[in-house]
Amino acid sequence: MDDMLLQVEPLIPALRRYARALVRNAAAADDLVQDCLERAVSRWHQRRDNDPRSWLFTILHNLAISQFRQSTARGKHIAIDETNENEFGRSAEQEQQLMYQDVLNKLAKLPDDQRAVLLLVAVEDLSYADAAKVLDIPIGTVMSRLSRARERLQQEIEGTAVDASRNVVKLRSIK
Amino acid sequence: MNNRPITEEDLHAYVDCVLEPERRVVVDAYLNSHPDVAKRVGAFADQRDVLRAALAPIADEPLPPKLNLSRIIQQSPRGRTSPAWWAIAAMLLVSIGGFGGWTARGSMQASPSGLAALAQEAANSYNVYASDHVRPVEMRATDSAQLVQWVSNRLHRPVRVPDLTTSGYRLMGGRLVATAHGPAAMFMYDDDHGSRLVVLTRPMSTDQNAPMIPQSRDDVAGFTWADGGMGYSLVGQTVAESLRPIANEVRRQARAI
Repeated sequence: MDDMLLQVEPLIPALRRYARALVRNAAAADDLVQDCLERAVSRWHQRRDNDPRSWLFTILHNLAISQFRQSTARGKHIAIDETNENEFGRSAEQEQQLMYQDVLNKLAKLPDDQRAVLLLVAVEDLSYADAAKVLDIPIGTVMSRLSRARERLQQEIEGTAVDASRNVVKLRSIK
Repeated sequence: MNNRPITEEDLHAYVDCVLEPERRVVVDAYLNSHPDVAKRVGAFADQRDVLRAALAPIADEPLPPKLNLSRIIQQSPRGRTSPAWWAIAAMLLVSIGGFGGWTARGSMQASPSGLAALAQEAANSYNVYASDHVRPVEMRATDSAQLVQWVSNRLHRPVRVPDLTTSGYRLMGGRLVATAHGPAAMFMYDDDHGSRLVVLTRPMSTDQNAPMIPQSRDDVAGFTWADGGMGYSLVGQTVAESLRPIANEVRRQARAI
């Protein structure tokens, strides 16, 4: 298990970041990461790649998706964290902080599948091929979702997004 | 090859800094002559920078104890069945199996007394309070003088808070715990990884002086002993043997009162 400790431990901060950006609730995100690590420990010998990174992101992503589905089916509601300084760091200056929060709020308006691609590629530095593996979709779909995610986020930022209010309602019901 | 038309994929790979250097030169040239596309690509690059900056602090936060991988490995069935574990388990069985079996049987049938009771109380306190992330202790380490006075008054004995800093554990604080044998003082400690330890101490009616014995139930393990009428139990979520040096240190400090 020592090799596992060495290979997996350095990846935990990135897994937390991805989970929190995806579900936007710190406690729920850490629960997902904990589930992910427990599964990784029990299935360590079943992984196929030498690099455990995309394998771990795959486990985490699937857990997040099944949680989305479950909470939709049960009509359950995971509260979205109030975005405050604690959630996204304390050190940066307040004005910058507000700008960051604003962008994260706009990111949250994207459909889950677009948000996932954008986070994996632009924030977690997964290659397009690895992102395709994690999301279990063809690489062409990764590219088209990435493109739509960026266009959509840009529309949100520029305030030109159509049917924005409808999507907020939709996202809240998903979570 | 460099004459290929610029595709949407090229532009995203440009933003994500994964283009081949030669291709990057071509895209650069294209963007120079197409300001509208350059503006869009620039906006995408800004998005990327802002998202990374906004989310970076999450990865710098200290990990909560539940994401401590060593602990998750230790608690997993696969971790427990590793060869090292079997070796330790076999050694323990050989050393305590025949002799300890009957004693253990007796103590499990009736409600335990003496050291066995104290060991159980310590494990119960650990399960209830160490897992509490909101209010694990009633009085914090900053009020340790008042804490000592409070528990000493209630136990009618001078109680000293063990100092475990040389073992890498800081005092978090403590509280009074109710047991079937009267009040007990509980002190809680944690280390840089968020692992927590609990020391439980109370006056003993039986087993007033007893050598240190290891204990282990579910995930909580440690050592229990008694000195001069006071019982002590040190427990944590680990293998008992790893706590022996710390238990020795607690005993040494308690004897120095």
